[in-house]
Amino acid sequence: MAGAAASLAGRLSVSTTHFEDRLATRDSSLVKALILGISLTFFALFIVLPLILVFVEAFRKGWETYIASLTDPDAISAIKLTLLAAAIAVPLNLIFGISAAWAIARFEFRGKQFLITLIDLPFSVSPVVAGLIYVLLFGAHGWFGSWLQANDIKIIFAVPGIVLATIFVTFPFVARELIPLMQSQGREEEEAAIILGASGLQTFWRVTLPNVKWALLYGVILCNARAMGEFGAVSVVSGHIRGETNTMPLHVEILYNEYQFAAAFAVASLLALLALVTLILKTYVEWQAERNAAVENDQ
Amino acid sequence: MSIDIDHITKSFGTFRALDDVSLNLPRGELVALLGPSGCGKTTLLRIIAGLEIADSGRILLDGQDATEKHVRERQVGFVFQHYALFRHMSVFENVAFGLRVKPRKERPAEADIRRRVNELLDLVQLGWLKDRFPSQLSGGQRQRIALARALAVEPQVLLLDEPFGALDAKVRKELRRWLRRLHDELHISSIFVTHDQEEALEVADRIVLMHKGRIEQIGSPQQIYEEPATSFAYSFIGNVNAFRGKVEGSFVRVGSDLLAHARTDLAEGEPVVAYARPHDTEIVPDAPEASGVAARVNRVLSNGGISRVELIANGPERGGAKDYFEVEVGSDDLARLGLANGQRVRLRSRRLSLFRDQASG
Repeated sequence: MAGAAASLAGRLSVSTTHFEDRLATRDSSLVKALILGISLTFFALFIVLPLILVFVEAFRKGWETYIASLTDPDAISAIKLTLLAAAIAVPLNLIFGISAAWAIARFEFRGKQFLITLIDLPFSVSPVVAGLIYVLLFGAHGWFGSWLQANDIKIIFAVPGIVLATIFVTFPFVARELIPLMQSQGREEEEAAIILGASGLQTFWRVTLPNVKWALLYGVILCNARAMGEFGAVSVVSGHIRGETNTMPLHVEILYNEYQFAAAFAVASLLALLALVTLILKTYVEWQAERNAAVENDQ
Repeated sequence: MSIDIDHITKSFGTFRALDDVSLNLPRGELVALLGPSGCGKTTLLRIIAGLEIADSGRILLDGQDATEKHVRERQVGFVFQHYALFRHMSVFENVAFGLRVKPRKERPAEADIRRRVNELLDLVQLGWLKDRFPSQLSGGQRQRIALARALAVEPQVLLLDEPFGALDAKVRKELRRWLRRLHDELHISSIFVTHDQEEALEVADRIVLMHKGRIEQIGSPQQIYEEPATSFAYSFIGNVNAFRGKVEGSFVRVGSDLLAHARTDLAEGEPVVAYARPHDTEIVPDAPEASGVAARVNRVLSNGGISRVELIANGPERGGAKDYFEVEVGSDDLARLGLANGQRVRLRSRRLSLFRDQASG
């Protein structure tokens, strides 16, 4: 989460090559080896090893068990639900992120600073608390509980609750990426477009959006990764009904608690794969954005 | 198109950016809005463009009330101080933008767009850059592309906000001449904002001098330079020596010194400020009974036929600093005077302009 909190724009300006070239700022080779050694050991121990372990455990009982674990109806339902939650949460947060960033970067209004702080709330509050908020609101004994029951609407321990919790925890990703970028770009290009006769919509599609597209994509990728991987908030509102309200992370937990290690790791390996794909995409987007920034600064 | 600005007032919070400004600009002229930063010149330009809305007053374009007209319909071209080129579009697409966003019915065919953009790029002599991106251009090139982009939609009036502000001195001078030439070719009504008096004097047909949200003076560059109408106009345009004192008959008493003047309409004892251009100021040897303001030579800067002599006032300090004076002296006079650093002399003026001194009044 800390990685997501630092904006894309901020990460692009750092360069270490000059530092290394200069005699005055070059560290001794011993220090260099030591620091490299520490970080690589940590990396291997805490990141690479568990990742390998996930796949090793997943295939321990062979391909057939692996495939069987994934094609189990409950597993398929969990995968579907995870995809559904992400498919609803990500577009909604995309729309929200763009409009919030637009409002903050382009308009002056009372309580702007408060809104910026509020957007970060899902980052700072524990996901369990986030889940509990919804239980308090929509649960059987919650504020709207009796009304919902009277109208036969189920939110908690049902799909809507899971979608709501997912939206809550992934709320800041897109907005956080866009706000600093749009603030730094200012509004002159948009004014220029309007003076040249462009309508509001044309200005948005032809000027605003292309200028932020890499940051936007970056935000969406992170948002999606979190939406699919979220455990805490979803766990509180889900009720863990197999084949109905289980998402992939919840399914992994249930299988593990039932000592079905191979099956648990098989589903976990899917999540790990998703993480790897996200990483690759993220690196590609960062690389593209960096290239664009380099072109923009190249004189 | 002609532009009439009719009693425009605009405030930002408690700051009054424009205070009841009225102005008529005939068609086809190149006009400079000149003034120090914060004088309201950019705000006025943005109101004419429609990017800001005035609190009260009207804007008439070609005699038609355009106050309520949307920016899109005003047919203005605008060149931003920092160019505001579309960073993700090539130079060609930047210039083509205004044509491409036209409603389908008015939009020219692709071939016509290409022809028109190429014409404009030739006009600004940058056809060879059309596939580059804005970031790959120098400041001067960006400025010219911004101008080509603004001209693409055939605006009736061209507005330029500090067009040369972000450029280095040499490029600035070149572009200045180039803008003047371009204006003489196209005859499009143009208004540019600048804080650089030299720029305004060199390029404009007419200068509108602004100060604290009001218009101080309107006139040709020559009028503005030679007949400043107000105390502010005098001190803002060109180098000037200011002597503050009180009227005493046909003299101004500056400290213990006297300066002769020719005005007859000033009351005895009235606080005034007397202005004299460096080339209208003369240095005379110091003598106890002589008229003229006493000063001490600080530096003599000789380059070419005219030398500039910098002097420090003998009088008391004002605002923690001594008054400095500057006098332009021909090389013959310089030799005759034989000035040395620290030497005491007196200053007189061949042409002294007096204004009531608001600062001390």
